[in-house]
Amino acid sequence: MKNKKPNPMRSFGTGLLVLLALIIYAYGFQVTKVNLAETKSERRQEQLFRILRALARPNIFAYEKEVFEVRVPVMIPCPAEGFTPPAVQNPDQPYMIVTPSCSDPRSKVLVQGFNFEPQTRGPLNLVPHESGVNLQLASIEVDRFGQFEATVLLPNRPSEESHEIVAITRRNIGSPHLTKTAYDTWDKIVETVFLALLATTLGVIIAIPLSFFAARNLMKEITSTLTGMSLSILLIPIGLYIGAQFASLAEWVSRTMVGNWLIVAVGILGFPFLLTIGMRWALPQQETQTPSAGLKTIRLSTLFGLAFIFVLLLYLISYLALTAGSALGDALGNLGFLGFFVRDLGDILNMLIKVVVALAGAGVLSSMAGKWSESLSRQKGPLVRLSHTVLAVLGGATLAALLLAVIYWLYQFRDAQLYFIYAIVIGGALGLLASVLTKPASPLLSGLVVYYVARTIFNALRSVEALVMAIVFVVWVGIGPFAGSLALALHTIASLAKLYSEQVESIMTGPLEAIRATGANRLQTIIYAVVPQIVPPYISYTMYRWDINVRMSTIIGFVGGGGIGFLLQQNINLLNYRDASAQMIAIAIVVSIMDYISSVMREKVV
Amino acid sequence: MLRIENLTKIYTGGVQALMNVSFDVPKGQFLAVIGLSGSGKSTLLRCINRLIEPTSGTIVWNDIDVTAASDEELRRIRRKIGMVFQHFNLVHRSSVLTNILAGRLGYVNPAWSLLNRFPKTDMENAYKQLERVGIADKADHRADELSGGQQQRVGIARAMMQNPDMILADEPVASLDPVLAHSIMQYLEKINKEDGVTVLCSLHFLDLVHRYADRVVALKEGILMFDGLPKDIDDAKFKDIYGRDAERVG
Ligand SMILES: Nc1ncnc2c1ncn2[C@@H]1O[C@H](COP(=O)(O)OP(=O)(O)OP(=O)(O)O)[C@@H](O)[C@H]1O
Ligand SMILES: [Mg+2]
Repeated sequence: MKNKKPNPMRSFGTGLLVLLALIIYAYGFQVTKVNLAETKSERRQEQLFRILRALARPNIFAYEKEVFEVRVPVMIPCPAEGFTPPAVQNPDQPYMIVTPSCSDPRSKVLVQGFNFEPQTRGPLNLVPHESGVNLQLASIEVDRFGQFEATVLLPNRPSEESHEIVAITRRNIGSPHLTKTAYDTWDKIVETVFLALLATTLGVIIAIPLSFFAARNLMKEITSTLTGMSLSILLIPIGLYIGAQFASLAEWVSRTMVGNWLIVAVGILGFPFLLTIGMRWALPQQETQTPSAGLKTIRLSTLFGLAFIFVLLLYLISYLALTAGSALGDALGNLGFLGFFVRDLGDILNMLIKVVVALAGAGVLSSMAGKWSESLSRQKGPLVRLSHTVLAVLGGATLAALLLAVIYWLYQFRDAQLYFIYAIVIGGALGLLASVLTKPASPLLSGLVVYYVARTIFNALRSVEALVMAIVFVVWVGIGPFAGSLALALHTIASLAKLYSEQVESIMTGPLEAIRATGANRLQTIIYAVVPQIVPPYISYTMYRWDINVRMSTIIGFVGGGGIGFLLQQNINLLNYRDASAQMIAIAIVVSIMDYISSVMREKVV
Repeated sequence: MLRIENLTKIYTGGVQALMNVSFDVPKGQFLAVIGLSGSGKSTLLRCINRLIEPTSGTIVWNDIDVTAASDEELRRIRRKIGMVFQHFNLVHRSSVLTNILAGRLGYVNPAWSLLNRFPKTDMENAYKQLERVGIADKADHRADELSGGQQQRVGIARAMMQNPDMILADEPVASLDPVLAHSIMQYLEKINKEDGVTVLCSLHFLDLVHRYADRVVALKEGILMFDGLPKDIDDAKFKDIYGRDAERVG
């Protein structure tokens, strides 16, 4: 072994590092206002103990109380003729003896109690003659023999008449029952769990498809020519518009139908039948020959018509769910929430149809753009070159205009027209530049562009805490669990999409290559080679996220997002620590149960 | 009939995996591809169905230019070329039946296949292929429950579901013991002789080459070193292909 020589420079460096660390921590202590004196102050400690004691006695159970009042007369001062208290009537009942039974103001007397309920406590009061006022003399604690003793100072209330000393004790009767706090806590904890459930479900449904866009290994395979990209940029807005119009038309037709119940019934029962038959014909399961152009056209138009019928059917179903759901909700009474759930599902479907159809329109047109540009890039000649340039310029200009439209919407600046002209010119010029730099047929990594955009959005969204999102959603949809679910769902989408996509990136490539080799297209490859591999990690991450969401939903109420957090915060602010304790215990129980369930589920599937 | 002309593949990073490789494969031939590890065998086979995009050169198969094919044409080409892999490349968590039916993905309508619906004829054919490779009882097992030899038979059945004109086999027996290796090679031989399917098979062991191949091409550092009959590989040729210090074992 080499003999280590002491190195003065090294020691000096280490010393400097230690000094630096000391300074950093010293500064840290200062900015976080570390205050050890406060932790030791007796007043503070007492407060802490009070809170801890309250927390140890959660307000969950309570007894019905019975109040006992025992009275004994007393004279202040002693009258000339003396005073004999009435004899104890029933020595089995609680009674008190005052010695002496009369005395001067501000003198001490001994009060003894017998036959009281053992282990009870309460005030010992003096009620001056016919005043109804209670002057507290002492607190009494009854021992286990049902007796107590208290030496009390008589107040300065001289009178000719006799006063009364009253002992008030409370006795628990019956068995303990749940407090109102317990019921409220139960209500809110149920709300909390369902808040987490909704947020997780919504988040997962949206995150799964998005995760594929954030998977590098899938996206880097997707290439398109500059012409293809430009065409897509031009056609996607048009596709969105056509899709939305398509849906509107279907909605209008469905409106005219819903006047007549018979027609609706025929539609809802008949359309699925029509769709199955149509699909069978227009989408043959297997084809060995390429179909003729004419047949293809007829099939395509049939599919178009079928799509219309499908959307129409969806509208009819949503209408049916809406009306039947609210009718059911009113009729079912206590179970009305089931009906209202159906109604809300109908409403959600109604809202979603247009969005989805618009997206589908964009998807169809952009895939057509891909096909056209592919066949275009196969040809040669000046015409191809020209269309390459023209489309690139148009695409660049459109993209710039769309981006500026977003910026304009956010900032609402003046002289918008001028800026739009700038944007269009600059975008067009960049498109021109791109068209000069690329060949019509050269593939560009358009998939990676989508990948980076998706990744950036997810990372940005993930870095915003769900609590902060909840504040925004509270502004939008108002205080309540709905805002909380939306905020949690958004956060879930961002973080799950990232986690999921990392799983997609780590799949085995062998099966992927084998499925591609059979001639499967991209979607088939994903379904047959990617999906089976990612099911276990997806489930495991979903459970993990469900865990987090349950935790988060317990505090999202702090900012108005619903759930138990609101109650907890309120009770802490009002210093009702015993109530807060009940809520904390509920949270602990729910979180640990969910923890357990999810760990069991994870073990099962992986 | 397959014609490969001046095929070159340079990976990003500069590795020249194939250099100006040219040869023809007549229909129905059993062609072995040999060469040291890293000589470009896998790259060559994957260029043929464009799992790997060639850098330059042309591949013509049944008078179709594979290298110039569009996505749609490529789908039609690939579905007639079965592929068998060294590590079997089955989808582990799917059933054996699903793995085999995947061989039909190039034929069936994508919309239906996404719902896992396959035509009845395909289902029948799948059971027939399972029978043929002798694992009919395993249809409902998960693929990763099978032994290596059984998995490779599933791999072959999947390729046969494609009703292929040609099979590309990339070291199909390299991870199997010698007995299993022969049984798998015999399946390939049977497919080649009985169904007239062209087979391109990369192999590591010369005894397998001698036993099964009609013809051999040898690669060395991406260059075609030898193209001829198995029996023509003498000691000098062997040292050419495998290096001066190599010892013959098979
Ligand atoms: N994706 C890739 N990127 C970069 N280089 C690669 C890639 N795949 C293979 N190579 C290189 O290309 C050369 C040929 O590889 P190839 O896999 O075709 O060889 P092989 O003959 O199949 O070898 P083996 O017998 O070990 O399977 C090797 O030098 C390898 O390192
Ligand atoms: Mg290899």
